[in-house]
Amino acid sequence: MSDPRQLTVAEALGEIGDGSLSADEWFDAYAEAPDELGAYLWRAKGAGAVPTGGEHGPLAGTPVAIKDIFCIEDVPTTAGSRILEGYAPPYTATAVERLLAAGARLLGKTNMDEFAMGSSNENSAFGDVRNPWDRGRVPGGSSGGSAAAVAGGLAPCSIGTDTGGSIRQPAALCGVVGMKPTYGSISRSGMIAFASSLDQCGPLTRDVRDAALLLGALGGGDERDTTSIGFPEPIAIPGREDLEGLRVGVPSELGLEAEGIEAGVRDVFERAVALCERLGADVAETSLPNARHGISAYYVLAPAEASANLARYDGVRFGMRVEAESLDEMYELTRSAGFGPEVKRRIMLGTYALSSGFYEAYYGSAQRVRTLIAGDFAAAFGDFDLLVTPTSPTVAFELGARAADPLAMYMSDYCTVPMSLAGLPAISIPAGLAPPDGGGPELPVGLQITGPAFSESLILDAAHAIEGAVGFDHRPKLAEGRR
Amino acid sequence: MSAELVPTIGLEIHVQLLTRTKMFCGCELEFGAEPNVHTCPVCLGHPGTLPVPNEQAIESAIRIAVALGCEVAPRSGFHRKNYFYPDLPKGYQISQFDVPLATAGRLGGVRIHRVHLEEDAAKLSHVGETGRIHGSGASLVDFNRGGTPLVEIVTEPDIDDPAAAREWLALLRTTLRQLGVSDVNMEEGSLRCDANVSIRPAASPELGVKTELKNMNSFRYLERGVEAEIARQREIVESGGAVEQETLHFDPAGGTLTPLRSKEYAHDYRYFPEPDLAPVAPSAAAVDAARASLPELPEQRRDRYEADLGLKPEVARRLAFDASLAAFFEEAVTAGSASAPAALANWITGDLVALARERGLEPAATAATPAAVAALVGLLAAGEVNRGGAREVLEVLVRDGGEPAAIVDRLDLGAGDPDELAAIVKRAIEEDADAAAKVRAGEGKAIGALVGAVMRETRGKADGGEVTRLIREQLDL
Ligand SMILES: [Zn+2]
Repeated sequence: MSDPRQLTVAEALGEIGDGSLSADEWFDAYAEAPDELGAYLWRAKGAGAVPTGGEHGPLAGTPVAIKDIFCIEDVPTTAGSRILEGYAPPYTATAVERLLAAGARLLGKTNMDEFAMGSSNENSAFGDVRNPWDRGRVPGGSSGGSAAAVAGGLAPCSIGTDTGGSIRQPAALCGVVGMKPTYGSISRSGMIAFASSLDQCGPLTRDVRDAALLLGALGGGDERDTTSIGFPEPIAIPGREDLEGLRVGVPSELGLEAEGIEAGVRDVFERAVALCERLGADVAETSLPNARHGISAYYVLAPAEASANLARYDGVRFGMRVEAESLDEMYELTRSAGFGPEVKRRIMLGTYALSSGFYEAYYGSAQRVRTLIAGDFAAAFGDFDLLVTPTSPTVAFELGARAADPLAMYMSDYCTVPMSLAGLPAISIPAGLAPPDGGGPELPVGLQITGPAFSESLILDAAHAIEGAVGFDHRPKLAEGRR
Repeated sequence: MSAELVPTIGLEIHVQLLTRTKMFCGCELEFGAEPNVHTCPVCLGHPGTLPVPNEQAIESAIRIAVALGCEVAPRSGFHRKNYFYPDLPKGYQISQFDVPLATAGRLGGVRIHRVHLEEDAAKLSHVGETGRIHGSGASLVDFNRGGTPLVEIVTEPDIDDPAAAREWLALLRTTLRQLGVSDVNMEEGSLRCDANVSIRPAASPELGVKTELKNMNSFRYLERGVEAEIARQREIVESGGAVEQETLHFDPAGGTLTPLRSKEYAHDYRYFPEPDLAPVAPSAAAVDAARASLPELPEQRRDRYEADLGLKPEVARRLAFDASLAAFFEEAVTAGSASAPAALANWITGDLVALARERGLEPAATAATPAAVAALVGLLAAGEVNRGGAREVLEVLVRDGGEPAAIVDRLDLGAGDPDELAAIVKRAIEEDADAAAKVRAGEGKAIGALVGAVMRETRGKADGGEVTRLIREQLDL
């Protein structure tokens, strides 16, 4: 028997099918592994304490780690925030229900930046997450716990949420696959809201095939979320080995000219683009002229929505309450104590952007930029089937390196935010290793592939072909022993 | 120096819709249930929950909009209205803002500015002396009401006195009741009304600074509150002061107005489009269908009463604008082929309403049936009972019910045999030759003595008009 913690979901399901692995062994291999990365906020005790998931679903018996932003009935759910410490939701998120219905088993709830606000997981109220490739570095964020768990042998797969890059960027920094599907394809019901018009659930996995497997289970319209419509067609399991006949565009603004792009990232990206050509794609440079304004627009729109979404944490009905003499004082003390600095910063930003007299200048302008960016993509997809960019301008940075500089931190999502604003599907796959600028260990670099709305099957197919050609088989050293 | 000051009043009405479930979740709506039994994660604002719009509520709102003659927007959106309060679990209310469901309507001569849909807040009760949140020892929240579908109707400032405001609100209530979309009960809060009040010199085209009046939770309080506010503003202006824009809370006990603390209303609501909901986009066909399915509304009914039944405008209005009274009237008209609708209308809006009110009832709730009232008016028209007798019969009908002809007989109120009456008149003329002579000589008032004598003789049962006619006939006048 091979080490179950090295297997992809499809491989493990194969071994279970031929009897060389049992579902409980698979589960317990993860449940018993020590979490030296701080990836989890809550873990299942072991296979014996968790429903089996049956034998027939597409994910029958698959252990899955769920980002702590998803509500699960009676399971602690904090979204990485002190203000929800001790909160156990009265209901379960649709995405989680769909995974469980497909046979998945709940392995645990993963650590994250508070309310999904961050790109390093350093904004969690419950501690940092370490990058399994170098424990002195961040795993990315906000789905940092999910990416670290999948990369670090603590889960075979996970689901996270992506608002401006929160699945793709940590997937890139941890050397795993992460996909944000088209906005509206997966229900947001039970997914704690950060920025409702941008938030989208998606998988983090060890390979593209597993991503397709999870995506197929997750997608679907939901009467509890009237903005969800599911996928127009079932997600096919990708098998493509070449890119013949595909027109692949390289938007210069998000590619080699991307702001703050590291030399190592540039090299890996250039090699990946050359690889696309070798695989038969018709590759050409293109332009998304307004994409460079993506971060500015995003940091108006997302905080604006967040300022309203986070108003419900008021100490009245659930979560933390700091008792006080008056109502206003209770609100102030509760929210001052319950929220971390980045969350407070974004609530302030968003409140300001929506204030009377500033609305047009900020929220109004940002919405117009959003429309322009969507128009840029629409124009590019007139000429190209897919676009490729680096996922992150940099490899994983050291813990604390950007903690004091929010703007530097915000630039981590430079290449991923435009797709979020346009509601488009995008995947990040490992494309190679590169050292950070200024030297250091070789670390994973992600390639982002994006396509028109609901082109998931095409993106997955292309990603599968590139993945095979890249042959990324690097794994960080796994922590040994039992917890 | 003091030019005449005239008030201008605009109303802002909130109507709770009578849907089975709440605006954005599946919780049942039930007035008077145990606190917090009709709640779920959505209407408690739990993390991760999303609103799902109630189709029935949208249909009802469109029905209201077309009944008020509004233009329904082909595409209107929901917005978030942000403020912190314990009765607002999400910290924002889902409402409509720049593009409401409907605009530009008219009811009873008052223009409707807009009609929009939103969700109601939960119910707060404050334990303590004032009944308001400041200074109370504790506050309790009942989330049963939270999320009830609410339609807000805003009028233009087209009303010019407090009584007219009250009458207009009654017309709106009847209209809404007729649509079957709401209980429209002010005491239970399913109909709520705020008023914007300002005054200005009669000659000035520009409106004065307005104040907003809240908490007038009955028709009487609306009238009293607006009256008090007009008086307050008049006093300020007449003593050379300026009215300040503010929100005032009406205290029904003392009839007084007190300013709300600025914190209780001064908000920047930071409206922005609700990202969790698609726009409301009713098809033109759906709006046309809603319009076609409207019942006869009070104003149309009033016009019909005037044109087809010949009722005087005021009587037609009083009947038509009161759905239950109108139904009573129409049933009486159908039952009483012999009685003229105009006479029936007068009896119903006059004596019947008055007698019912003495018992604290609506006419329909008394023992008098529409058919019996019609029969009574028929007896009167046929001269078989006089006005005074008819009123006595009506009293019996209201109290005990019964058949008017039988009551006339039982109480011996019949006007009697016409020949017998003529004989009594003849006798009266013979017995008071002096009065008869005066009447003959043109002294009209003298006829009173003769009429009085006949009425004494008939114990008041004779019809006064008929007696006068007979006296003049027998005196050859
Ligand atoms: Zn509910």
